[in-house]
Amino acid sequence: MTSAVSFQKVSRHFGSVRAVDAVDLDIAQGEFFAMLGPSGSGKTTCLRLIAGFEQPTSGSISIFGERAEGVPPYRRNVNTVFQDYALFPHLNVLDNVAYGLMVKGVGKAERHKAAEEALSLVRLPGYGARRPGQLSGGQRQRVALARALVNQPKVLLLDEPLGALDLKLRENMQEELKSLQKALGITFVFVTHDQGEALSMADRVAVFNDGRIMQIGTPEDIYQRPRTRFVADFVGSSNVLPPDFVQRYSGQHRWGSLRPESIRVSRAASGEGVAARLVSTNYLGATTRLALDADGLKLHAVVPAGTALPAEGEAVMLTFNREHLHLMDEPA
Amino acid sequence: MSVDVTMPRATAPAILPGSGGMRGALSDLFWRRPQLLLLLMLLPPVLWLGIVYIGSLFALLAQSFFSIDEYSGLINRQFTLKTYGDLLQAANLDIILRTVTMAALVTLASAVVAFPIAYYAARYARGRWKALFYLGVMLPLWSSYLVKIYAWKLILAKEGILTWLFAKLHLLWLLDGWLSLPVVGGNSLSVSFTGTFIVFVYVWLPFMILPVQAALERVPGNLVEASSDLGASPGQTFRNVLFPLALPGIVAGSIFTFSLTLGDYIIPQIIGTSRLFIGQAVYSQQGTAGNIPLAAAFTVVPIVIMGFYLWGAKRMGAFDAL
Repeated sequence: MTSAVSFQKVSRHFGSVRAVDAVDLDIAQGEFFAMLGPSGSGKTTCLRLIAGFEQPTSGSISIFGERAEGVPPYRRNVNTVFQDYALFPHLNVLDNVAYGLMVKGVGKAERHKAAEEALSLVRLPGYGARRPGQLSGGQRQRVALARALVNQPKVLLLDEPLGALDLKLRENMQEELKSLQKALGITFVFVTHDQGEALSMADRVAVFNDGRIMQIGTPEDIYQRPRTRFVADFVGSSNVLPPDFVQRYSGQHRWGSLRPESIRVSRAASGEGVAARLVSTNYLGATTRLALDADGLKLHAVVPAGTALPAEGEAVMLTFNREHLHLMDEPA
Repeated sequence: MSVDVTMPRATAPAILPGSGGMRGALSDLFWRRPQLLLLLMLLPPVLWLGIVYIGSLFALLAQSFFSIDEYSGLINRQFTLKTYGDLLQAANLDIILRTVTMAALVTLASAVVAFPIAYYAARYARGRWKALFYLGVMLPLWSSYLVKIYAWKLILAKEGILTWLFAKLHLLWLLDGWLSLPVVGGNSLSVSFTGTFIVFVYVWLPFMILPVQAALERVPGNLVEASSDLGASPGQTFRNVLFPLALPGIVAGSIFTFSLTLGDYIIPQIIGTSRLFIGQAVYSQQGTAGNIPLAAAFTVVPIVIMGFYLWGAKRMGAFDAL
């Protein structure tokens, strides 16, 4: 099966800035694909390359097997949900949703019917007569989604669509997007800087840094088996362990990563384990995050709320299952 | 780990320090009663606008309901519609129609010329180029209006640079052909309506560019991208997104170009034919003829036309995107 989107050695340079640098990428049809990375890592530029707002400096992009370089955005069967929604302020909700059909020359009655259906799909039936300015952030987000979906795109691009929503709404929308994607079978390409969002929604995740892809894999891969220090640190802020430390436990002189939740903290002042000092505790609701100092090495541990904790500044003993210590490909 | 954050006792500020005398008491009063400050600030301009500006306008309107005694030339201060009857004579209607047509054409041409310039300035010009844009648009406004018009008279004259340019390009037949047309033609561009039109567009263009640019500046760039993303060609994006959102700016600009052309009496006097425009009619009625009531009635015409124009623009939804 041809890939929905395929990048071959794609670069996009702005002057001396390499926003996207020799990226290879294959997104399968019907996949929920997340591009994860800090701001300025090139993930949004990659999305804009697929949409056609940017043209690659070098390399080739195909969409469903067809070469896409030089094809303007309006000739691509790809639609975008913009970060700040980009709804047309002078049109009501129904005409916003029907816009794509209108410019394709679909008659008024037919396109309004399709737009009404798309609004039902995003659970906003009957909102057609309102202006975008009269909607809440979450509702605008749904309208933007309906406006893209009504065109039945081959690929739907989502540029941090949940960034402006509050936590509760964001969690609801994550579930809804996921089930919508399953129901429609459209390829979703989702850009986010929120690792939790990427892990919970995507079939596969590409982690970006400095215009390059650091790692592509399933959420489990990315989380459990990070290949580089950057991925380990960015996805779930793992403890990155230097080769000298790792050698003591695995016998190999390589960089390692250890998830904060894999570390057990006990008050025993002696015995097997890593001696450390509890620097501070940070109550997060369901869990408590501990900052630890093991002889100069700064570590984080996450323990369930309600665990009896030693006082800040006290000496503690850290233990972990050696299987949880993951060795990374990155050379020492 | 504890950090010492206590401040030395001596420098700690008082919780409620006293006010600082008269000025302090006054600013406290304004803080407690913001309406008072608003009233003080608005009173002078409202007085100016209400009495000097609107008041004199009403005095003018009142004049148009007086009449002139044709034998003595004295103004008869009694209410009458006779002056408006005079206004509706064929010769005067001719002047009104000519002026309105010119104003409409000038407005249309200004909008067409201004849009690409304003679009470039709003979308692409940054830093130094933006400064250059503002300079380029404003610079003509800094020099005298009369000097510019006389300069144009030279440019448009039969021996002028434009004729020379047409001759060099072997396009003199085109210019002569145009000048031989009825109404728009004449002996040379400087004594034709075409010349009047060109100079009107030149002089009022900045008043169209600036509001259109301001309107386009407020259109978020991602709306253009969104339109393109949804399958609209650049032309469709212009028609369905850019133009409707720039319309308030175009209407604001056209209020300037339209009303300024309606009232101007200098440009058609220096460049153009001997046939009158409203401004010239007002000038000659109140000056040479001494018929102030008719001059006032002529003045009412642009006001009424602008009223209808704005009403129509509002009905067409020109202000919906504001």
